Amino acid sequence: MNRNKIYPRYFALGALIIYFVFFFLPGLIGVGYSFTDWSAYSDELHYVGFQNFKTVFSADENYMKIITNTLEFTLITTVLKNVIGLILALLLTKSIKLLNMHRGIVFMPSVLSTLIIGMIFKSILDPKSGLLNSFFRSVGLEMFAQKWLVTSELAFGSVMAVDIWRGVGYIMTILIAGILSISSDYYEAAAIDGAGGWKKFRYITLPLILPTLATTTVLNVIYGLKVFDMVYALTNGGPGKATTEVLYTAVFKKFGTGQYAVGTALSSVMFVIMIFVGAYMIRVMTKNEVVE
Amino acid sequence: MKVKKTVLSIIRNLIAWVFSAICLIPLLLILFNSLKDKKAASNMNLHLPSLPIQWSNFLTVIEKGKLVTSFFNSLIYSAGSVILCVLFAAGAAYVLSRNRTKLNHFLYMFLVLGITLPINYVSLTKVLQFLHLNNTAVGIILLYTAMQLPFMTFLIHGFVAKVPVELDEAAVIDGCGPVRLFFLIVFPMLKPAIATSTVLTFLNTWNEFVSPLYFLNRSEQWPMTLSVYNFFGMYFKDWNLVCADILLTSLPVLLVYLLGQKYIVSGMTAGAVKG
Repeated sequence: MNRNKIYPRYFALGALIIYFVFFFLPGLIGVGYSFTDWSAYSDELHYVGFQNFKTVFSADENYMKIITNTLEFTLITTVLKNVIGLILALLLTKSIKLLNMHRGIVFMPSVLSTLIIGMIFKSILDPKSGLLNSFFRSVGLEMFAQKWLVTSELAFGSVMAVDIWRGVGYIMTILIAGILSISSDYYEAAAIDGAGGWKKFRYITLPLILPTLATTTVLNVIYGLKVFDMVYALTNGGPGKATTEVLYTAVFKKFGTGQYAVGTALSSVMFVIMIFVGAYMIRVMTKNEVVE
Repeated sequence: MKVKKTVLSIIRNLIAWVFSAICLIPLLLILFNSLKDKKAASNMNLHLPSLPIQWSNFLTVIEKGKLVTSFFNSLIYSAGSVILCVLFAAGAAYVLSRNRTKLNHFLYMFLVLGITLPINYVSLTKVLQFLHLNNTAVGIILLYTAMQLPFMTFLIHGFVAKVPVELDEAAVIDGCGPVRLFFLIVFPMLKPAIATSTVLTFLNTWNEFVSPLYFLNRSEQWPMTLSVYNFFGMYFKDWNLVCADILLTSLPVLLVYLLGQKYIVSGMTAGAVKG
């Protein structure tokens, strides 16, 4: 049979065109615009060479801080979501009453709008009347009642904590699926050999869910590098100068002030890096796919 | 031994409840305070709402927050992108999975690479301007579709491989053309994957607010998430109203979650676990 006739390529055309025009093309021309002085204040475009990139990578601007913030956010949330998600997944694959209810509740924050979660936690983390500090005061732990989102020492940590709260259920759900796919034969054999709980985890569960952990890590890294909603809703980059600023809040601010060229240069740095890193990550993700 | 096991089981249940409580309390906070009056809600605490329950909060926010308009905006954006995304993703996944030529493999990888790529919103304005799609519903729908296509194609692609090829061959021998083969034979077989991608695309687009933030200037066009945020900015002292608004905005998502939990979990774990 002629496969090209039975499976004509025009079936894929709709997806490819929309994806190319509204997703990939902006990335491509964005790289081009990074070499111009494109702004809201002038209709003319001039070639400026690497000027915008020099601005982005110069030491005296805040941009390096923004990039390290983004990387720090990615690293810390990835590690903690994986660790806490794994603990939860191990706990919620044991015999516990109302197991499905617990799983459902822990997963629930993942389906809510990040913007709304940000608003809720702005109230909870309010230094004076917030629920968290009221709780600490009522149980006599006054010293834990901090100014969560408003002091520069705690703001970024608070943002990351809220993001972990939001995202850990998703990671847990994936890891539960991974753990449940491990054949019980291994555990039975290990039990006969006298292995305890820790040994079963160390020598059976952990090695067998490593591919799943690789996927959750990829997903977390992709999310972390692109994070916008959570930071925008909670601190919008503040307090002070770029304390919690990440790449995408910075791009949005440049867009707001009409400095399009710098905004698109920042975005393009990420675009180019992600074409290469992403291609590798996608290979990790598609490796698990069933092949006919 | 038996005592130790019981103690362990109690501890496990307790820890599970602690985690569930941590996840549930912020949501209860919203529920309780949406039913209080302005003064009682100003502290944003977990005290149960006192009688009489302030149902009027909901009517107030529907009116002041223009929730009816934004609800229908969200509905149009989500429904439009669900239809386009699921149809095009299924078509692409089907052809690219069945006919694995070198070019098709490249096209698939190119499409799925979108899962990791960031969108350049700044230069996207140029594209939208060129197509005269700035500030239009069509522009937002196409944008949402483009954002969701990579993952949904990935999700359905994995599923197409499980549908037996013999089915196609039999249909072709019976004189079935490519269009009828896809819509009458293969598409129905993909139902679980279609259901999952419908639910996921709906959730993702309902919660999305970055594109409207960049590309919709007029508040009459805003989806629910953006209007609730704007409402929060204007009425930040009226937590009872803000909570009522948050609750109404989240209600569709929570309903879809409760009804479609099975599909969401299977979709979100797709590709992550061998099996």
